[in-house]
Amino acid sequence: MDDFYRELIIDRYKNPRMQGTLDPHDYSYQDDNPLCGDEIRIDLRVDEKGIVTEAAFSGKGCAISIASADLLTESIMGKSLEEIRSLSKEDIIEMLGIELGPVRLKCALLSLKVLKAGVYGLESLEEELTS
Amino acid sequence: MPLREDTHAIDIERIRADFPILARETRPGVRLVYLDNAATSQKPLPVIEAMDQYYRHENANIHRGIHRLAEEATERYESARRKIARFVGAGSWREVIFTRNTTEALNLLARTWGRANLKEGDRVLLTEMEHHSNIVPWQMLAAEMGIELDFVPVTEEGLLDMEAFERLLGQEPKLVGLTQMSNMLGTINPIAEMATRAKQAGAVVLVDGAQSVPHIPVDVQALGVDFLAFSAHKMLGPTGIGALYGREELLREMPPFLGGGDMIKRVELGGFTVNDLPWKFEAGTPPIAEGIGFGAAIDYLEGIGMEAVHAYEQALTAYALERLEEVPGVRVYGPGADQKGAVTSFTMEGLHPHDVAHILDDAGIAVRAGHHCAMPVHLRFGIPATTRASYYIYNTFDEVDRLIEALYRVKEIFQA
Repeated sequence: MDDFYRELIIDRYKNPRMQGTLDPHDYSYQDDNPLCGDEIRIDLRVDEKGIVTEAAFSGKGCAISIASADLLTESIMGKSLEEIRSLSKEDIIEMLGIELGPVRLKCALLSLKVLKAGVYGLESLEEELTS
Repeated sequence: MPLREDTHAIDIERIRADFPILARETRPGVRLVYLDNAATSQKPLPVIEAMDQYYRHENANIHRGIHRLAEEATERYESARRKIARFVGAGSWREVIFTRNTTEALNLLARTWGRANLKEGDRVLLTEMEHHSNIVPWQMLAAEMGIELDFVPVTEEGLLDMEAFERLLGQEPKLVGLTQMSNMLGTINPIAEMATRAKQAGAVVLVDGAQSVPHIPVDVQALGVDFLAFSAHKMLGPTGIGALYGREELLREMPPFLGGGDMIKRVELGGFTVNDLPWKFEAGTPPIAEGIGFGAAIDYLEGIGMEAVHAYEQALTAYALERLEEVPGVRVYGPGADQKGAVTSFTMEGLHPHDVAHILDDAGIAVRAGHHCAMPVHLRFGIPATTRASYYIYNTFDEVDRLIEALYRVKEIFQA
């Protein structure tokens, strides 16, 4: 069961590649998970075609929420905002490469929630993430 | 290796045999180590069997029926109330009101005593180490009635700042509400002293006993408190039932809580007359099996003796503190074992409590990670969350060793 904390997750937690803030930015959004005190903020810069040219995350959290924020922000570089809209829970689980119970799933999905809320507003994603 | 003082007056193996859940494995080959007792305790066979017996042989509604079953059920339910009254040193069984849990007991007080006795500008003095259930009902009342809330601060050591307490008493609070034992720091507050001072200042004293009543001897008359709230499920009993002790004189003056059956003597279309104590505060069919289970839990604890429970847990907690502090990067919050109940909340440098709890779970160890419904005291120490291991009468020194081993495993996985 220690497989849960794969090398990838520990590495991304301890040495995140995408940590930081962007100033100026085109999009910035922050949200938290009050149950565990995790906070994630994601900043984006996009070009005129709506392609992400720079992305960064900041905040604090458990290994799962930090690793998923790092992997997610890295994966959207060069993607269009349309492509971001189609990112799903399954994409995050695949990136992390582990099975997640309902409690830890919340940690893993915090960054996706922040990203989508920042780009599209909150309404659109509530149903999407809970379905 | 620190000294293990496992010479004690009680037979742990015999006690453990009464808790079938303790024999289970959480995954093949990994036996459960249950260290989440401040959240809820496990239940011994006598409690499970008492509830089972009620449903198999005595199930009936109480207080109204004339038939044999109703009589037996009523007697068993009401005898639980008498046991609880005796257990906390109440002057009479009429001073024990059944509620759903501690939270409901505190809400009952805010809504009945609070609404009847407080007015705009009156002050209520609480502490920074309260559980949310002894903060939010008063915040709701503050929003509704314009009362003012003050909080006794917590020192770096995890004790109440007694100088600040004295100063805040000078503002003449109408009510002082405080926990007897913090569910995060484990601090056991000097209730008798504080109650004396609060009464001299003219305040009514309410104590949250959710963590203390299960673990230490509590006598409301010796402590000199007016109200005491506690829950069955943290003291070997079932969920869904708790109790509010209140001094009869105060209870008699208080308006009723919920309206309905059982809390009335007489109802006409033009109005109602309230029932006698304690039923005045108990509308509707109560959780009968749970009440009976609560009584069985009291019997079980009295069979061991609360002095013995406290002495054993103090030795176990002292050992846990000693061992936790030897793990590099671990910081335990709250005072030393002599001023503390069986609760050890800690952080590990560079690690999030969720990750710690997750890896402990892999080793079969159940702990709590989060703010434990006490966000203000976490904010006081500038941390969002802690990992909390909390103990009870069935936990062993070997289980503490397993906790420590697993914490070293956490460090290994995270190379922290």
